[in-house]
Amino acid sequence: MAQATFRIWRGGGGKPAQFVDYKTEVSEGMVVLDAVHRVQAEQAPDLACRWNCKAGKCGSCSAEINGRPKLMCMTRLNSLDLTEPVTVEPMRAFPLIKDLVTDVSFNFRAKPGIRKFAPRPREADGTWRMAQRDVDRVQEFRKCIECFLCQDVCHVIRDHGKHEEGFIGPRYFVYSAALEMHPLDTGDRLRDLKDAHGLGYCNITKCCTTVCPEHIHITDNAIIPLKERVVDRFYDPVTRLLRVFSNKR
Amino acid sequence: MGAPQTYQYDVLIVGAGGAGLRAAIEAAAAGVKVGLICKSLLGKAHTVMAEGGMAAAMAHNDDRDNWMVHFADTMRGGQYVNNWRMAELHAKEAPDRVRELEAWGAVFDRTPDGRINQRNFGGHRYPRLAHVGDRTGLELIRTLQDHTVYLGVTVHMEHTVIDLLVDDGHVSGVLAYDRERGRFHAFAAKAVVLATGGVGRAYQITSNSWEGTGDGHALAYRAGAELIDMEFVQFHPTGMVWPPSVKGILVTEGVRGEGGVLKNKEGRRFMFDDIPDNYKPQTASDPEEGWRYTQGDKNARRPPELLTRDHVARCIMREVKAGRGSPHGGVFLDIAWIKEKLPHAADHIRRKLPSMYHQFKELADLDITKEPMEVGPTTHYIMGGIRVDADTQESTVPGLFAAGECAAGINGANRLGGNSLSDLIVFGKRAGEHAAAHAKGRPVPALSEAALDRATRQALAPFERGAGGENPFAVQHDLQKTMQDLVGIVRTESEMQEALTRLEALRARAERAGVDGHREYHTGWHAALDLRNLMTVSEAITRSAIERKESRGGHFREDFPDKQAEFATFNIAVKDAGGSMKVERRPIPEMPAELQQVIEQQKQ
Repeated sequence: MAQATFRIWRGGGGKPAQFVDYKTEVSEGMVVLDAVHRVQAEQAPDLACRWNCKAGKCGSCSAEINGRPKLMCMTRLNSLDLTEPVTVEPMRAFPLIKDLVTDVSFNFRAKPGIRKFAPRPREADGTWRMAQRDVDRVQEFRKCIECFLCQDVCHVIRDHGKHEEGFIGPRYFVYSAALEMHPLDTGDRLRDLKDAHGLGYCNITKCCTTVCPEHIHITDNAIIPLKERVVDRFYDPVTRLLRVFSNKR
Repeated sequence: MGAPQTYQYDVLIVGAGGAGLRAAIEAAAAGVKVGLICKSLLGKAHTVMAEGGMAAAMAHNDDRDNWMVHFADTMRGGQYVNNWRMAELHAKEAPDRVRELEAWGAVFDRTPDGRINQRNFGGHRYPRLAHVGDRTGLELIRTLQDHTVYLGVTVHMEHTVIDLLVDDGHVSGVLAYDRERGRFHAFAAKAVVLATGGVGRAYQITSNSWEGTGDGHALAYRAGAELIDMEFVQFHPTGMVWPPSVKGILVTEGVRGEGGVLKNKEGRRFMFDDIPDNYKPQTASDPEEGWRYTQGDKNARRPPELLTRDHVARCIMREVKAGRGSPHGGVFLDIAWIKEKLPHAADHIRRKLPSMYHQFKELADLDITKEPMEVGPTTHYIMGGIRVDADTQESTVPGLFAAGECAAGINGANRLGGNSLSDLIVFGKRAGEHAAAHAKGRPVPALSEAALDRATRQALAPFERGAGGENPFAVQHDLQKTMQDLVGIVRTESEMQEALTRLEALRARAERAGVDGHREYHTGWHAALDLRNLMTVSEAITRSAIERKESRGGHFREDFPDKQAEFATFNIAVKDAGGSMKVERRPIPEMPAELQQVIEQQKQ
């Protein structure tokens, strides 16, 4: 059976971290997560990694493979050059806990800061009627598996640390967009997006869209429409003028 | 070692899949203090893997549907050993539970008139499954998660429960460890709800994630609760068989619901060869009628591919054993053929089954719009579990509740596809409601220091044995192989007795499991601790399966291939009796006349 080398980031918990090379057997159809599991079972039982479904549906096994943010369970070995060591690193935008596991708790804190879904009343027959074509765009956003790879590559988080000042990142712009564009929703999140959640920091480099394993058009379909709505509301000179006269915010 | 950090809750929920989250929402709504413990990050539980939909008789796509038809379908699917009261409550309450999800932001696929769209599924007489493409589980868990985070429920992520604590016969809390630091945490709780899911990791080929180690089943058993129906394990007929690393991953029944057909290597639709008598009146007589059914023709009967899962799984096994299987030991599941029937078939398949398209494209280099898939049975679900009261979901231990897959009753000998997601929300709600009511007015229990000390010592024992002990991954692997080979889809007395012998030896090895290093996020240590639970559920499955000397639903015995009327009158229960497992029979209470009448009516 063929062998390949996996250069895996080890360490954390206050100890210095470094790459360690593991040589292991590989076979047809294997993905990176299989190789990590094999290393864990045979050579390094204390190797820490998150995983659950192993089918790209839960978004647990996010990592940087040869420097590219990916799900380990969906990265087939035949898509990589196995003549060189394959590097497997944790998501670098988040604090390291141990090995491939990072502290992603910021993401869980960000969500409750976004105004929740507020549906309009039901129709007389007790249902809510919505056409499929009207829910299509929301369903795209709701495919999100919360793997946080988009957060990992967003330079506003990764290089500038703006999430510590309230920037919510692409995942939560998608979440906000799913609520804003929900046919039943009556909530209003535009002022929060502009003032508190840092929508303006995004300069549309589309790194988030590039890495999304669910192929959600994060920038084009979520972030840009939200930016347009903010501009219409707060920066359009005509509506601004009208607002002065109508004495609204 | 230090004393564990302690917390106090009125209601503590273990598990954050569909049932756990729904229970948390209901308990929080009752105004009590709620804690939620989950093994993974929030929103990653196995519920995300559910694909096809949730069954609720809303009659949007066929106005002949109602709770009575759903009830009768569930009982027929479960071969009449279900808890009929649970089946009744489930059928009656599922529609409201689904509509409620819409109020919390769920976005189901729509009918042309704008209502929730419902699809066909195995064993359901009418289109009944509310769905979102083939990612309904994700929609369910995200909706519940996004609703829960605004309710003030405290979530302890990446915590694993080691033991339930029981004080004077009443549950008093749990001891857990956190994965991140490996520290111990003691939770005092007036009521505990177990919603820990299934046991799939006891088998080699499974659709379950690492979390499915039977924790709730084993925790309840050790606390003195009864488990019932443990012999009924569902082997889903269609799991991926190739490549090897993805063997077992689920291929939704929705593929067949959308017109996919099963063929052997000779190209024969073998499902037409064996249709059980009690399903004959409802099954299509030819492929053309089956196709019309999948396209919503109300006068057509369903294709045999949509018979119950236990039956389809055995038919696939038969083809493989007879040498008529596919190259990698499965059979062919073909959805690409519908291009003969539909214009733009490829787009249609991608829209109806997006995650299946994605899964095969990325993991097997196969385009399901052009080629057939290779599929074979995979361990998917356990019908058995903690014995609960139908209305309150309380177990036989006061203060201990259970909901979802780890509880038993609704499914009997075989679960219909789509009845699980609706089970989670119907009985998750009931468990949360009754746990909260139970907690109100009770004092905060005191936790026994001696019990905590004993449990933490036991949990740390693998470190004392160090790397010289048994490799926990190796023990788990051998356990899975034992169950797969000897207590799998086709069972027989001698093999199961052999399994008991091997389980005994494996238990001794599990007790010698050792790891070294630090406690921080130590996967080997976690695997060592999981072994205890896996051993318990494996033994329970095996002993119950030996006791049921007939074939029924998910339980098939080569040495007793027929159904026996005598065995329809009781459930098999296992219970801890001073360290050894006791097997007993629990008579099924007589069904009220009005429910019997419903079943008779629906037989026509």
